[in-house]
Amino acid sequence: MKRFATLFNAIDQSTKTTVKVAALAAYFTEADDLDRLWTVALFSGRRPKRAVTTTRLREWAAEVAGVPLWLFEDSYAIVGDLAETISLILPATLSGDNRPLSQWINDLRGLADVDEAARKAFVLNAWQRLGGSERFVFNKLITGGFRMGVSQKLMTRALAQATGKSEAELAHRLMGNWHPDTHSWHSLIEAEDASADASRPYPFYLAYGLEQEPQDLGAPSDWRAEWKWDGIRGQLILREGAYFVWSRGEELMTDRFPELARAIDHLPSGTVLDGELLVWQAGADKPASFNALQPRIGRKTVPKKLLSEAPVVLHAYDLLEWQGDDIRDRPFAERRALLEMACVDLPSDAPVKLSPQLAFPDWDRLAEYRRDARDAHAEGLMLKRADSPYLAGRKKGDWWKWKLEPLTIDAVMIYAQSGSGRRANLFTDFTFAVRNGDDFVPFTKAYSGLTDAEFRQITAWVRKNTLQKFGPVRQVTPHHVFEIAFEGIQPSSRHKSGVALRFPRMKRWRKDKPLAEANTLDDLNEMLRIYG
Amino acid sequence: MTRAPILSFTDKGIYCAAGDFYVDPWYPVARALITHGHADHARPGMGTYLATDGTLPIMRHRLGDISAESIAYGQVIRIGDAQVSFHPAGHVPGSAQIRIEVGGEIWVASGDYKITDDGLSEPFEPVPCHHFITESTFGLPVFRWAEQATVAAEINTWWSACAAAGKTAFLGAYALGKAQRLLSMLDPDIGPILTHTAVENSNRVLRGQGYTLPATRHASADLIPKNHPGAIVICPPSAMGSTWARRFGPQETGFASGWMAIRGIRRRRAGDRGFVISDHADWEGLLSAIKQTGAENIYVTHGYTDIFNKYLNENGWQSRVIPTQFEGETAGAEEQA
Repeated sequence: MKRFATLFNAIDQSTKTTVKVAALAAYFTEADDLDRLWTVALFSGRRPKRAVTTTRLREWAAEVAGVPLWLFEDSYAIVGDLAETISLILPATLSGDNRPLSQWINDLRGLADVDEAARKAFVLNAWQRLGGSERFVFNKLITGGFRMGVSQKLMTRALAQATGKSEAELAHRLMGNWHPDTHSWHSLIEAEDASADASRPYPFYLAYGLEQEPQDLGAPSDWRAEWKWDGIRGQLILREGAYFVWSRGEELMTDRFPELARAIDHLPSGTVLDGELLVWQAGADKPASFNALQPRIGRKTVPKKLLSEAPVVLHAYDLLEWQGDDIRDRPFAERRALLEMACVDLPSDAPVKLSPQLAFPDWDRLAEYRRDARDAHAEGLMLKRADSPYLAGRKKGDWWKWKLEPLTIDAVMIYAQSGSGRRANLFTDFTFAVRNGDDFVPFTKAYSGLTDAEFRQITAWVRKNTLQKFGPVRQVTPHHVFEIAFEGIQPSSRHKSGVALRFPRMKRWRKDKPLAEANTLDDLNEMLRIYG
Repeated sequence: MTRAPILSFTDKGIYCAAGDFYVDPWYPVARALITHGHADHARPGMGTYLATDGTLPIMRHRLGDISAESIAYGQVIRIGDAQVSFHPAGHVPGSAQIRIEVGGEIWVASGDYKITDDGLSEPFEPVPCHHFITESTFGLPVFRWAEQATVAAEINTWWSACAAAGKTAFLGAYALGKAQRLLSMLDPDIGPILTHTAVENSNRVLRGQGYTLPATRHASADLIPKNHPGAIVICPPSAMGSTWARRFGPQETGFASGWMAIRGIRRRRAGDRGFVISDHADWEGLLSAIKQTGAENIYVTHGYTDIFNKYLNENGWQSRVIPTQFEGETAGAEEQA
């Protein structure tokens, strides 16, 4: 744990990527196999199961610190991080513990099998024995949220430095179903044959938003275009007579989409498709809106009724593996041709559909497609260079997304709440309202889009213009108008305003706009009528 | 019949009717008693000022030509019907709590204070009283300061590492008080100590009053950075990353403040390193100061006032929140804490 806490400090104390990667690489070179395996697991989201509820942790921490629970909660609201609040509020102690990280994790997992008194004894003892950042790391392990400025991409780069293997190969090895219980450092990172697991997905290739005019991309004939669907990106794997569905977030979703099982009947084993999961009603000429997909998200099992109301298909747009061969290095045009060939005989009720390509002789035609995207229930276009390989992760140059302009509305800030983590002690989470006569009707929250300087400025203003406090939430004087950008609007019975927005964010702080020029509830309803 | 309170809390600041004076007023008044020289306490435009011998020189430096008198710690003077004396607050050199006694009732306006001895400021002196006005900048139990020697070791280790890597260490701190405290914590054997103009100006005033600081060199526009390898530069945070700072080539930046205890703020504000050191009392410090006064009536101002006030009321004190013109918890104030 000491060595891991030192790594944590090195990463936490630097804002420079090179320094973080070097610290991680040094750790991966020096740490023992179990510890570094667990470190890879933690940084790729494979956390030990939470063994103690946060409610208990708060109670115990308040008890040990000798403060009332409300004071602990108020402190937590200001610090913005439970693990950190606990570390800070407990009396200082000198660290005298030499157990390795993997031992601590195993002990934590063992808590699942003991009663609450034993759990409490274990946690209190740990708090007493671990000082400073070790205590913080322990709290992070037990609360389960392990974000510390290290993305999986960064970790993969460090692993590449430490092992001499390529980042792309390591990214592939780290995908899918592995766990420190089932894998060793050797089998995961070093062994020659890393493809033993039939369910292992390929790293997704992610595109950046188009930053220039499409004209600047060169000849239209070098490019292919598709609708950018508004669904869930997914990878469908057909191997050894079984099917697996992975999300972009590397979550195995097979059980949530049982209708995809029939893909086995239509496509050969040894096929891996990249595509978009969309609700598609039988006989429809386009997918249902994202709203229809909502009930299918986050459900571990699907009731029959929902399955027939919201049937899901995979809209395939790329082929990554064919006849058991990894073909990601071949040009997109070639992969696409194979994909079309594979899909040519699919019946209309198959759970896989070929995502069409959009023919465009010139860029102006493409711009017309983009204008029509909302009608096609797409959120814009995807541009792919015809000769591009399928890369791993977010890369610039060969793939671009060219999204629709967002919808916007001018709204009034009426509530503010402070953020957490890097945004602790700053007001960053706001509730916005539209005008309705003399009233303000809240309709959305937004957290992002302002610069740090703007957040500081609005924070100072919120402190001076608070009308009322409700715990961490402050009601403020309706005064500031913000332009809220969003991708879609839907009717919603859960919101007072009757609407729900998709991806709302602050586009601009309209300091030039007086309150009276903010949009009204009527304006909002009109948008719902047009775009809902 | 109830008597008017000895001190009242007005739009202009804390007012004593018996002596017709204000303590650290926000707007121009005829007579101002000043706890210490920071800009949010010693404001321009007062008819006359009264401050300690240690504070007045810095006020004259900052406010220019003012009508002012100074007073020694512990010296009792009479202003109208009030007996007034100044006592060390331990916040910065020369800082004071102001004791006001009228008809046997004692009030203490403590200004900003810390109870740990920083080796430079006159150490905090508990003043028994009936009514105590306290700040609560760090009035949450998550704030616990480490020993000064521990933080000094962290800073010196960082500076050594910077020097070894051929980088200049820039340490940001408030120019009056915090900067000099940090200077006194540095190990001059590591390398040369350079100072920004704002810091050096405060140094000159404090040295003139007899405070001992290590040898420093003013990093003026004509200083040649490469002639001072392995240096640490003490400067206001606003100067970090400026054209002036960039002349020094490869550098690391650190920031010294109590706010650095919170990881989110540290990551937002600190540059490369954040050091947790404050001239305000931590949670235990605030509570112990309040206990030592023996006061039953507490007035809480600056910072986490609502929370601290609630805790005091739950634990046997008569406490209330006093509204303030300076918001101690704003991000801008992080620099001074």
